[in-house]
Amino acid sequence: MMSDTHINAAGLDFQALNKKIRQTAGDIQIEGCCGQRYIGAGQSGRTITIHGTPGNALGAYMDGAVIVVRGNAQDAVGDTMNDGRIIVHGNAGDALGYGIRGGAIYIRGGAGYRTGIHMKEYQEKKPVIVVGGRAGSFLGEYMAGGLIIVLGIGAEGDVPVGNFTGTGMHGGAIYIRSSVQPTCLPAQVTLEEALPEDKRAIAAPVAEYAGLFGADADELLSGTFYLLRPNAKNPYHTLYAAHLR
Amino acid sequence: MIQEGQARIPSGCAISGIFSKSGERFSGADIIQSITVMHDRSNGLGGGFAAYGVYPEYKDYYAFHLFYDNQQAQKECEDFLHRHFDIANCSEIPTKRTEGVTDAPLIWRYFGAPHTTRLSASQLDEREYVAKCVFRINGSYPGAYVFSSGKNMGVFKGVGFPEDIARFYMLDTYEGHCFTAHGRYPTNTPGWWGGAHPFALLDYSVVHNGEISSYDANRRAIEMYGYKCDLLTDTEVIAYIIDYLHRKKGLTFWEIAQVIAAPFWQTIETMPEEERQTHEYLRSMFSSQLITGPFSIIAGFEGGMMALNDRLKLRSMVVGEKGDRVYISSEEAAIRVIEPDLDRIWSPKGGELVLVNLEGGTA
Repeated sequence: MMSDTHINAAGLDFQALNKKIRQTAGDIQIEGCCGQRYIGAGQSGRTITIHGTPGNALGAYMDGAVIVVRGNAQDAVGDTMNDGRIIVHGNAGDALGYGIRGGAIYIRGGAGYRTGIHMKEYQEKKPVIVVGGRAGSFLGEYMAGGLIIVLGIGAEGDVPVGNFTGTGMHGGAIYIRSSVQPTCLPAQVTLEEALPEDKRAIAAPVAEYAGLFGADADELLSGTFYLLRPNAKNPYHTLYAAHLR
Repeated sequence: MIQEGQARIPSGCAISGIFSKSGERFSGADIIQSITVMHDRSNGLGGGFAAYGVYPEYKDYYAFHLFYDNQQAQKECEDFLHRHFDIANCSEIPTKRTEGVTDAPLIWRYFGAPHTTRLSASQLDEREYVAKCVFRINGSYPGAYVFSSGKNMGVFKGVGFPEDIARFYMLDTYEGHCFTAHGRYPTNTPGWWGGAHPFALLDYSVVHNGEISSYDANRRAIEMYGYKCDLLTDTEVIAYIIDYLHRKKGLTFWEIAQVIAAPFWQTIETMPEEERQTHEYLRSMFSSQLITGPFSIIAGFEGGMMALNDRLKLRSMVVGEKGDRVYISSEEAAIRVIEPDLDRIWSPKGGELVLVNLEGGTA
């Protein structure tokens, strides 16, 4: 088995670093990363491990690679990602999984505002975002498909998401592990407590989260989850064409 | 040349701030390193810094920093300054030739105290007298522009990338207890020296990433209270709103945050009675100072620093703490580059005030 190639990112701007990554075959370890954008953009078939703080749009348009961040990530992680995995052993910034259409993102800690904005699915492409801690307001804004799970670890007794979750949501599902019912929700979503059969849909991602970060999957799954889905009555149905009934 | 106000300016931008709560003075080198990491958020058309605690030898004087287009403008403006202030010291601000920084105006610094007799004849309090003089110069003396007018603080700004502007002013040779920085990304105007951030009036300074949708409503409202938005950039109006609400209306910085990034009415409805009344009062009394549109700002003032996101949090902001230092920046990397090992790091919510004060300070 080939060992990883190490790249020292110190002093490299984002273009130089990304060029170096593209010119290096196989799995790599990036040391001393500090704010370089677009790392792993469009990449497939390799693992990129990052030490330090990667810049915005980490793994944008990624197509099957695996990115592991040994620290925090910034904004727009996995922007428009098509396939692969992003694993962050810390927190993520705003607009995590912006427009993600495939693959999975696992965040050990919390995420910022607008996680999963414009997330979508098509046939076998069903993206998954798992946030271990809290997520900010506008979680799943304009969500059209896929699965978001917020585990609320460390937020026990409190709602682990901000306000306006699911604003404009019209597809997919959001699971929030919380003993307190989320409030301040828009009219376009329905909220219910997840039944055991609902939880089957999240067993595999929760187990994967637990395996990655050393949590107890059974304990997590035994907690109360609230399930948000688009309102089946579809309030948009006649929004632009009220006469077409 | 087309100047600010003759075209619209949506901007990308980077902001950063460092504050020592104990008032320990440190060199400008740290803030330069921080803003340099975010190079790609700027496009070379504006960079600047506000530095607090940098003039202890003249701390009782207002430090005026001026841009002049030519010597005629300088002469006329200096006549005005000498008529209104006792000038303890005046000199060109030291700069060095720097690649990437061109077409610099004449840049001068004056330490002055209001003429006692003129001040008492004006029947204004001292700070209002100084503010009025600043507006007089900026409005009535073509080719002269006051871009800094506080005590024991100074703004250093120009057209270029922020790291180049820092080299130009040799910012690393200054020591202060607080620095803020801005890298600008104007896309619709040529960018000019006066249009760079920070914008400052008296000891209040603002760096801003974003674009104010409510600019014109805010401008019309603030101009009713004697402010003149001569630069017609959205950030200028934020500086005046903060000055108006803090200096003239006596609001606390927490109250100011509730005014300019007010919670939504639907959020206010869910609050406990007393809290709800406070917010209803602030939103009703100061509705014209509500700022809408995406923004993250860092404001410096005598004795403290505040940061605030718009209520929808449409711009990024991260806060880090280590010992007595507080770091605020558009990106975490810009904090980690100066302090990799932080005690705490977090992202404030939309509309959540971040306020740091000097221990035993005045703010």
